[in-house]
Amino acid sequence: MIFEVFRQEREGQPFQHGGSLEAPNLAFAETYARELYGRRDESFALWIVPRESVEEVLDPYVADVFDRDYRRVDGYSLKVKLKEARERAGTAGTG
Amino acid sequence: MNAQELLALADDELILGWRNSEWTGIAPFLEEDVAFSSIAQTEIGHARAWYELAAKELGTDADAVAFDRDPHEYRCAPLVEARLVPDWAQTIARHWLYETADSVRIQALMNSDDPEIAGLAGKIDREEAYHRMHADMWAERLRDEARFRTAVDELWPSALGLLEPGQRGRLCEVTGRDPVDAVERGEHTEELRPLWEEMTMVRRSIPGAAW
Amino acid sequence: MNDTEFQAYVQEGGQVETGDAMPDDYRKALIKFIEMHGNSELMGVLPEREWILRAPTLQRKLALTAKVQDEVGHSQLIYRVVEDLGKPREACLEDLVAGKTKFHNVFHYPTKTWGDVAVIAWLVDAAAIISQKALLKCSYAPYARIMKKICWEESFHILHGRDCILALMTGTDEQRELVQEAVTRWWGPLMQFHGNPIVAEDDPMYHWRIKSQANEDARQQFLDGYVPQIWELGLTVPDPKLRQRDDGVWEYSEPDWDELKHVVTGHGPKTEERLGFRRWSREETAWVRRAVLADAA
Repeated sequence: MIFEVFRQEREGQPFQHGGSLEAPNLAFAETYARELYGRRDESFALWIVPRESVEEVLDPYVADVFDRDYRRVDGYSLKVKLKEARERAGTAGTG
Repeated sequence: MNAQELLALADDELILGWRNSEWTGIAPFLEEDVAFSSIAQTEIGHARAWYELAAKELGTDADAVAFDRDPHEYRCAPLVEARLVPDWAQTIARHWLYETADSVRIQALMNSDDPEIAGLAGKIDREEAYHRMHADMWAERLRDEARFRTAVDELWPSALGLLEPGQRGRLCEVTGRDPVDAVERGEHTEELRPLWEEMTMVRRSIPGAAW
Repeated sequence: MNDTEFQAYVQEGGQVETGDAMPDDYRKALIKFIEMHGNSELMGVLPEREWILRAPTLQRKLALTAKVQDEVGHSQLIYRVVEDLGKPREACLEDLVAGKTKFHNVFHYPTKTWGDVAVIAWLVDAAAIISQKALLKCSYAPYARIMKKICWEESFHILHGRDCILALMTGTDEQRELVQEAVTRWWGPLMQFHGNPIVAEDDPMYHWRIKSQANEDARQQFLDGYVPQIWELGLTVPDPKLRQRDDGVWEYSEPDWDELKHVVTGHGPKTEERLGFRRWSREETAWVRRAVLADAA
């Protein structure tokens, strides 16, 4: 069986894919993962997952047909409105 | 615990580590090769720690103690001397028996009056936990293989001989096996001398040199 | 993407993952190249492992075992990449021991003394690391990723090698002679290691961006880095033509490219013995793989 190993480089960091290994079962996979990804004390923690349990998703989102700029920072344009608001309040040119 | 007793512990670990490192590069599959190599390294590391304690008492250094004695001066048990490559069943049988027996004596040493020995035994025990896990895992996996069961039966008398008589009952308990006449420590097998010759050949080629 | 578009894609820095569509020729070239790398790591273990048993101090024994263990670990990483490309590990190992696939020239030669152990860790590993660093840019992303881990682990090997060499060079005359004798013997294979200079335009490995460093560049990098180190210790290299020009380029006697070809096609001094040893150990442990790894033989 092939197992995928995810490793956390330091405490608090995201788990990242480290590699894969072959083992008869989870107990062996754990031993081997420790050795291959931990014998130099280079991982804070490991996740071991049978490859068949990992679902690959390519092209994660299919929503580029209609514009969804309300979801993005560049979808907002505040300069003009801010200038007008400051003029109304008499504070234009002071900030 | 005197220097001779320390040497028995150290020599067992060195010679077993030496034998286990004969598998480096040719273990049954690559993942296991890496794992088994770590076990061999840890054993040699433990040997070094015991040699360092013995060296203090003997007024020398760990390498001199480890390598500069004659074969008959080594105190290792017959169990560790045999060359078992390429037989994986025998290798795992010895590994499992050794780790089980070793844990009996290490745990006894953790109660030693000597704080240095108790401390070192504690550290070693923590690392040995991984060896025991590995050995148990393999013993479980090979349980139905006749060649493995035969190998355990054949090595059992030597496994008993690894321990002092007072500890052998505990080993029987833990393994669920009946006591038999042990192959006692004291007389070396004919395999030790060729091992020693190879192990010390570089060092003996230029005596006193630093490497 | 057709083949031309794919080639443009990788040449511009495009990355390829395992499940991506790729030209058959690309896949085949990758498998061949990466498989040879895996074979080399695994065969490289054999000249070194005897010396683990003979290491003259506990420290050296531990360091050498760890180094060799890393090499086995590297072959594990590499064969996994090959397997995911479509050639199972067992098939790779069968082809290797049957003499059907290749491994690097340096691993076909004998190791005769502790001097060899030190020189291998110092110079042979250095030559290999230069090639390995160039592979960090491989278009095939899974391979580039394992190269990161491999390069990181190799950094320890370099220090170990240097430490062994310096211990010998500050030791007795006999120890210094061990090093010189080993350097003299290994120089030929080292100069051949990076391969004969091939024009990049003619090499599909560059078109596919599997390789991104020319053989001659790698060799020059090696000479630049290591000839000064060799000379500063008072060691000599058996090439009277070796010198660095004013423009920085190293000149040297032309390596024997026929010898290189002869060796890597399975006729090195130790090739047959080492393949035989691997064949034997595989046969003796086949039952373990059958018992333990469901689909392996």
